[in-house]
Amino acid sequence: MRPLKIIVLAKQVPDTRHVGQDAMKPDGTVNRGKLATVFNPDDLHALELALNIKDRVPGTEITILTMGPQKAADIIREGYYRGVDYGVMISDRRFGGADTLATSYTLVKGIQKLAPYDLILGGRQAIDGDTAQVGPQCADKLNIPQVTYVEEIIEINEDKIIARRRLEKGIEIVSSPFPCLMTVHGSSPKCRSRHAKKVMQYKYARTKTELRSADELILSLHEKRPYLTIPEWSVEDISAEMEKIGLSGSPTKVKSVESIVLTANEAKMLSDSDVDIEMMIKELIEHHTIG
Amino acid sequence: MKSVMVYCEVENQKVADISLELLSAGKRLAEKLGCPLEAMIFGADLSGIELQIAPYGVDKLFVGNSLRLEPYRTLPHAALASNILKEEDPQIVLFGATSIGRDLAPRLASKLNCGLTADCTILDIGDHFVKQEKKEYKDLLYAIRPAFGGSIMANIINWDMHPQMATVREGVMKKEIFDEHYSTEVVEVDIHSILKDEDFVVKIIERHIKKSGVNLKDAPIIVSGGYGVGSKENFQHLIELAKLLGGEVGGSRAAVDAGFIDHDRQIGQTGTTVRPKLYIAAGISGAIQHTAGMQDASMIISINNDPDAPINKLADYVIHGDVGVVVPKMIKYYKENAK
Repeated sequence: MRPLKIIVLAKQVPDTRHVGQDAMKPDGTVNRGKLATVFNPDDLHALELALNIKDRVPGTEITILTMGPQKAADIIREGYYRGVDYGVMISDRRFGGADTLATSYTLVKGIQKLAPYDLILGGRQAIDGDTAQVGPQCADKLNIPQVTYVEEIIEINEDKIIARRRLEKGIEIVSSPFPCLMTVHGSSPKCRSRHAKKVMQYKYARTKTELRSADELILSLHEKRPYLTIPEWSVEDISAEMEKIGLSGSPTKVKSVESIVLTANEAKMLSDSDVDIEMMIKELIEHHTIG
Repeated sequence: MKSVMVYCEVENQKVADISLELLSAGKRLAEKLGCPLEAMIFGADLSGIELQIAPYGVDKLFVGNSLRLEPYRTLPHAALASNILKEEDPQIVLFGATSIGRDLAPRLASKLNCGLTADCTILDIGDHFVKQEKKEYKDLLYAIRPAFGGSIMANIINWDMHPQMATVREGVMKKEIFDEHYSTEVVEVDIHSILKDEDFVVKIIERHIKKSGVNLKDAPIIVSGGYGVGSKENFQHLIELAKLLGGEVGGSRAAVDAGFIDHDRQIGQTGTTVRPKLYIAAGISGAIQHTAGMQDASMIISINNDPDAPINKLADYVIHGDVGVVVPKMIKYYKENAK
């Protein structure tokens, strides 16, 4: 079996599982600065799937690709710690405010720069929006098949990959030719932990921008070991068209947001006494709610 | 031409419930806009399928009929749908937020270069003034969805890239017959001229779909438990009560995560949305994630140790006490008093 070239799409996300009231800006967007950031959980599953394929098909190369602000370089380092071969970051203020359509356009421009590839993997969805759109949108723009909700790779051979998909009410086993894009379901195996050796090797990996504020030690390390410098791509580097990125490339806009407040109504307050409960049951039967 | 289009899912000649719900939602939008409601459906042996669809007020139905179109696969369905959408140029397109809709809709949104809002809970029509252009856009789709763990509702609009697309989860919209005798124009899609061999490169080797025995959506009474139920054993009381009342058992995400109850019984934003006659919330605190899926119940009983549990604000009866004490008493007094 020939080695494969895999690109893993990963996103750094605000930890929406723990959102405080103060984290929302008045315009309805998130004040990311106020939220802790994490490696999007489904993307970690995608990374594990890629590493699993690399275990099975020796010589396979994994590149992790992320788009985000400088802080998102953590995603690349995390990828290195767990065993990816290369990392690339797409970062430019002008990409900001992108919805899924503009995001997929930008990622695809990056993917095309990384081509050729056999397989593109990403999480099914990101927890900051739960939209599950970017994967299929990338597949369309690349004009390759998509296999969504993958939980296991059953078989890989020269010309096709066979995967089990997790659907709402069951499973499906499908085969797809290469190249294809798969989105990975959270029911797939959890990502392996970091390798201590890789952490030692890559902990000083930095983007060019990060290097501007790095100390002498790190700068000299980067001179000796160029692999530590994480490629950082701007709008020009990926030849993106301005009207297709960021806010201007995003058809969906937030018109307004409303906080949800539960409105109180007049409830009958009861104790757990027999009298109270029998009274309630009788009322419910009388009103034909039950019985 | 202005229209509202719904992508309908079908399996074994039965149109999916979610699609009928979308047709009803789509009809309401079409009436507000004063435009026709259209639908498209692709599958096998679909002759006569319009009989299931017409009563929801569909003016025009596009049918793609071929053994190769069922079960659903992304590429052929995307090819047919994009072809129809380009021809018909509808203003609004709706999909179920299902395994199928969430696979297909984004691929189409990319193809048509338009906006797509996922998991809407409210769809409406309204205007929007764009400051930069000093222009008022009329009759836009308001695609309203919960965001950030359900703590806010965001109204998403899209005024400059056509059409406006949205997905909606099953059970969120109410399906209602518009007119039993509504007449629908059926258009056979010329699939052979559209589909190419490359559209069939992904092959389904095996498929196991569970016929879900659980039907929470249609249950008149739901007895639902949360983390506060405490154990799988305590859940037995809820199951007994539900059986006795002729209802179903449900649970919050916390109860599902704790392993008290199966995932297919989860109620809430990421589970099923229900609107029963009676909803009994036992040991459920009432996170928005949960209440979003049950707040339209006609009557709500909350059983909770915590008098300040948020769910009590929605309840008609609040019983302050332990689930393990209260539920057996409800069973006892129901047996004594029911005829």
